[in-house]
Amino acid sequence: MGSLLSSLLTIVVGLGALGLVLTVLYGLTLKLPGAWRNRTQTWLFLGPALIAVFVGLFVPAVKTIWSSLLNDSPRNKKFIGLDNFQEIFSDEDARLVVLNSLTWVIVGTVAVVVFALAVARFSDGMKGERVAKSSMFIPTCISLAGAGIIWRFVYAGPPIEVGLLNSITEALGLPASMGGNGDQLWLTERGFGGISPPDALPGFNTFLLIIIFIWAQAGIAVVIFSAAIKGVPESLIEAAKVDGATNRQVFYKVTLPYIRATIITVATLTVIAGFKAFDIVASSTGGRAGTSTIANEWYVTFFLQNRDGYSSAFAVVLFVLVIPFVVINRRAQRRAEELMAA
Amino acid sequence: MTAVLEPKSDAPAKAFQEPVGRSVAASLTGRTGRILVWVLVVFWTIPTFGLFVSSIRPELEVKSNGWWNVFIDPAFTFSNYPAVWGSADGGDNLSQYFLNTLRITIPSVIISVGLAALAAYAFAWIEFKGRDWLYTAVISMLIVPLQTAIIPLLQLFTGGAHIGSIPIFPDLNLSNNIITIWIAHTCFGMPFCIFLLKNFMSALPKEVMEAARIDGAGHLTLFRKVVLPLSVPALASLAIFQFVYIFNDLLIGKVFGGTKNTPLIARLVDVAGSRGQSWHLLTAAAVISMVLPMAVFFSLQRYFVRGLLAGAVKG
Repeated sequence: MGSLLSSLLTIVVGLGALGLVLTVLYGLTLKLPGAWRNRTQTWLFLGPALIAVFVGLFVPAVKTIWSSLLNDSPRNKKFIGLDNFQEIFSDEDARLVVLNSLTWVIVGTVAVVVFALAVARFSDGMKGERVAKSSMFIPTCISLAGAGIIWRFVYAGPPIEVGLLNSITEALGLPASMGGNGDQLWLTERGFGGISPPDALPGFNTFLLIIIFIWAQAGIAVVIFSAAIKGVPESLIEAAKVDGATNRQVFYKVTLPYIRATIITVATLTVIAGFKAFDIVASSTGGRAGTSTIANEWYVTFFLQNRDGYSSAFAVVLFVLVIPFVVINRRAQRRAEELMAA
Repeated sequence: MTAVLEPKSDAPAKAFQEPVGRSVAASLTGRTGRILVWVLVVFWTIPTFGLFVSSIRPELEVKSNGWWNVFIDPAFTFSNYPAVWGSADGGDNLSQYFLNTLRITIPSVIISVGLAALAAYAFAWIEFKGRDWLYTAVISMLIVPLQTAIIPLLQLFTGGAHIGSIPIFPDLNLSNNIITIWIAHTCFGMPFCIFLLKNFMSALPKEVMEAARIDGAGHLTLFRKVVLPLSVPALASLAIFQFVYIFNDLLIGKVFGGTKNTPLIARLVDVAGSRGQSWHLLTAAAVISMVLPMAVFFSLQRYFVRGLLAGAVKG
């Protein structure tokens, strides 16, 4: 308890000091002539935040990009150009890591958007709507690491315990290769139903992890879509209904186009979250059995293998893969705005 | 990340309320849709429910059968919780890590919201040259993944920075200091916080600003007496969001936590990796890590949803 109080005290004192400094500087600016006054005051407001962004995000990002072009050994730093990247794309395990991440992002985002739209659409106006949406939102409050642990218990197999999935597959009497004996080690099995993907492709266990991601992310998408759907002007819907449209047609021809921008935003946020997916992997499989993603591999290669050049390359790949999605987001938003203005 | 199209003004509140007078016709499609929703709700709730139930079952029960057996053969105990909370008998001493997380989260929220509010005000209401491109530059940092920035920041704290052999940042040797975590969370959260607050502040009524300016208010007065009070919904929802997000964070806590400041979630993952024989305790540990964020969120959800959607208005 004492350490909590002392931390809070530090914060109060620290922020108080910062506030004091800024206020004093502000007072000084009042003595300056008009144009200079505005300029310095602006920097007082912007300063701390800009320093945080520059020193904490921009410069480190540049440093990481530079570091990805160097070799691993801390003593004998050499510029090796794109060799680290070449290794990522020539090593089969590393390629699988990249493919896993792409699978996470594509499958995860499509699933989140589809499920969330369905729930937002069908729960709109029904009894118990609030309960339904709240229960889907609960996983969003849980840490992703906690989500990984919850689902580890669902996917558990011998010798650990009786996992929920195994009990279900056993009760359904599925063939043994699909867990019919209740002894499937879901998280370490790359195959399903007797079919196993080649080593270079994502396995079934990766899809099971993606389900955890969908489970954790859909809730917030539901809330956002629900508000957006409720925001569609009644007049548009009434007009369509007067023209004889069914509820289904109203949804696809009026509602969806109207909330296009929201869908794009949610999709982009989900993509970014999918690329960052480290917590779930770390707390469930640790990246073993071919489930590692770029974010996880970055962690492993830096902290466990001490390869700073190589891990920086993974971080850069992560960054580079996000960019196209952001560009698509901006383009799509612009198009959506044009269509709305029309 | 721009436009969420502006919802009808009462839509944010509606998102979490029972509807009034706007119902889908009870067609066959409607019924199938509703069944689908409830199926999904069950699917979404069962894993968490299973965890809660497992955490209050005795060790022997947990290890011999699944948690659904409590409906047939109930047997409950709360003993798993003290075992992980305290440090007696080789317990995991989670109370210490819970405290660490609070020590990390509360200051980080205060600092990040505070700094972002200052900057957001400047971007929203101070006219200066280059404002738009600077804002775009800051917002574009949203796409920089954590992994791309975290290591050099860590190196900065533990070894200082230099170009060649000229030090441009002293080696403060902050390696086990909790301040590094506060700064890390503030830095990484800055683009999002500024984005949310600036969107909200830009939408404040111009007339109020003009009136205050005519009365002779300078920027500081405007900020303190006009903008801040009017921005309380956005500030509150940002604070709630930051609290839950930082509380649940794994990577920053793990990387900057060192040995003295490891947060609860990082400790949870370690426990998960090492609990060979006593994973019934892991269930209790996981529940402990979830209770506070869930409680914070659900008791304050009204403010959160309102602020979230208001902050996302086209702007």
